[in-house]
Amino acid sequence: MARAITSQRKALNTALAWGVGLLIFFPILWTILTSFKTEAQAISDPPVFLFFDWTLENYSVVQQRSDYGRFLWNSIIIAGGSTILGIIIAVPAAWSMAFVPSKRTKDILLWMLSTKMLPAVGVLYPIYLIFIKLGLLDTKTGLVIVLMLINLPIIVWMLYTYFKEIPGEILEAARMDGATLREEVLYILTPMAIPGIASTLLLNVILAWNEAFWTLNLTAAKAAPLTAFIASYSSPEGLFYAKLSAASTMAIAPILILGWFSQKQLVSGLTFGAVK
Amino acid sequence: MFAKYALGAATAISLIAAGSASAETITIATVNNGDMIRMQGLTDDFTTKTGHVVEWVTLEENVLRQRVTTDITTKGGQFDIMTIGMYETPIWGRNGWLVPLDDLPAEYDADDILPAMRGGLSVDGTLYAAPFYGESSMIMYRTDLMEKAGLEMPDAPTWEFVAGAARAMTDKDNGIYGICLRGKAGWGENMAFLTATANAFGARWFDENWQAQFDQPEWKETLEFYVNLMNDAGPPGASNNGFNENLSLFQQGKCGMWIDATVAASFVTNPDDSTVANKVGFALAPDTGKGKRGNWLWAWALGIPAGTQKTDAAKEFIQWATSKEYIELVAAKEGWANVPPGARTSLYEDPNYKDVPFARMTLESILSADPTNPTVDPVPYVGIQFAAIPEFAGIAGQVGQEFAAALAGQQSVDEALAKAQALTTDEMEAAGY
Repeated sequence: MARAITSQRKALNTALAWGVGLLIFFPILWTILTSFKTEAQAISDPPVFLFFDWTLENYSVVQQRSDYGRFLWNSIIIAGGSTILGIIIAVPAAWSMAFVPSKRTKDILLWMLSTKMLPAVGVLYPIYLIFIKLGLLDTKTGLVIVLMLINLPIIVWMLYTYFKEIPGEILEAARMDGATLREEVLYILTPMAIPGIASTLLLNVILAWNEAFWTLNLTAAKAAPLTAFIASYSSPEGLFYAKLSAASTMAIAPILILGWFSQKQLVSGLTFGAVK
Repeated sequence: MFAKYALGAATAISLIAAGSASAETITIATVNNGDMIRMQGLTDDFTTKTGHVVEWVTLEENVLRQRVTTDITTKGGQFDIMTIGMYETPIWGRNGWLVPLDDLPAEYDADDILPAMRGGLSVDGTLYAAPFYGESSMIMYRTDLMEKAGLEMPDAPTWEFVAGAARAMTDKDNGIYGICLRGKAGWGENMAFLTATANAFGARWFDENWQAQFDQPEWKETLEFYVNLMNDAGPPGASNNGFNENLSLFQQGKCGMWIDATVAASFVTNPDDSTVANKVGFALAPDTGKGKRGNWLWAWALGIPAGTQKTDAAKEFIQWATSKEYIELVAAKEGWANVPPGARTSLYEDPNYKDVPFARMTLESILSADPTNPTVDPVPYVGIQFAAIPEFAGIAGQVGQEFAAALAGQQSVDEALAKAQALTTDEMEAAGY
């Protein structure tokens, strides 16, 4: 029997959800608002919320000073490339862990995750030296590889959890019908796990898009993505908050739009398997 | 007629060929501040004159420092010119990581570089980075509030006068605080200010045998003076305030005095951003009668990492960016108040620059700073607001945390100094001093 929910309680829940949502969104909203202020209004005390002289000057200054298109293109290639490469490697890995586990599968999964606990700066020098030797510094290829590697544990873990929800018998039936391993993964498993793969894909694009340690430290002028674009507007000596906000807004806009249009897939993927 | 055309064409072709043969693309790493951004905007002038193309990598100061340090220590070769400061230059120069700039042509007039800047960017008399702009620190104060308090700021005040004036100007009910000083932890934030100020109180980081000196009475006097003054006359939450936070407070008329970098003078007197632009006066950083003032010395300079394949093009850029002609170019396009200050003697002899309100005090502050002899007693290190040894940034970062905690009231001055002494001693022993 469905539990009765009073309309009063429903209204309260809605208000609470809106409250929490706005609280989380507020810093982004504030950044967007600040990007339309002058530098003096950006630091004014008490702060101005909506009633100020809206200006597009910061955007025009940022456009003039930086080649936004180049940074954006680099971000798209690096975030997209590393995610796709990660998925290609992680699907077979997660398949074997979910459907033909060995005694050590659980340990391997935990060990993979434990690599995420190492502070990135601890391996900066070794990776930098390897990149020099391989000529990968300031290349998109180098960043695609590094970001794929650092996100791989998360991709494998997410896919593994989704695959675990799929009954092994279906794959067994396919095998009985003579499907090869490739056909089994490609035509049976993957279509069934589409929501899971989609949300893994989206989450990893977001993670790679926002990654700001390796993308800053392994690039210079050619492969720098939007994180470097933002870093070029931050300054400890001089008040450029309005311009920094304009740059930040331009950097997060594409991912914000992507998130907005794919929120249905993202939510259904993240809750995939929770209700049977 | 034909011969004339042919000669002209041949000359043009050979010029283009010569130009394209030597034209390079150089990559420059730099910080995000007004003067550097202005330079980026004027790069076309350099490209027109030399044919070289410039690619900029602009980063926030701390990110830049980490980025260029990684690259130069691993010989990564990502940059042909790096923007570095007075802290890095002598250390890197001594290690042979930078190309010496001792063969600049006579018309560049290297002798025109202010002696304090040249000294701080040289190792054993060899220049390793050319100053783009230089700064010291000084007092910026509100002339109207000073008058209201019935006081007159001398050109060279003592800390006693400054503290008295700060308390007299404070009107917390109306949100006016007598003095705004750096409190945010960091070797380039609160420790730059406190190390320079400690010099005026006769304190030093290390004695001649590299022994930490935080257990000496001069440090206790410095830190107690600072914490008490900030509690009485500083803004709330001062332990979170760095340069930008204090700049914002001062521009909104909430500070009576602010002691910080001389470059701030152009911000606080700019009527577009500052509500107090026409009410600001300048004075030398205070002393305590011991013969030293708490004013620091810093330069953002351009250096060439050893190992770059484009040394000649990089040198051409440095000559262009730090020349007298560049100063004239900025003056013509953006006005004299926007030229990069504090690098060349000739700028301060230019009659056009004398009208800039903060020019005289900036020059006097820079001239009175001596990085080789920073405090009352002798020290084994070079540097005023830092000690130019590789270990300093790490140690001062930790000491800065302790001092910020003392300012925030989370621990006493004695506890902060005891911890600073212990951690500095440990780190220096581990480093083999």
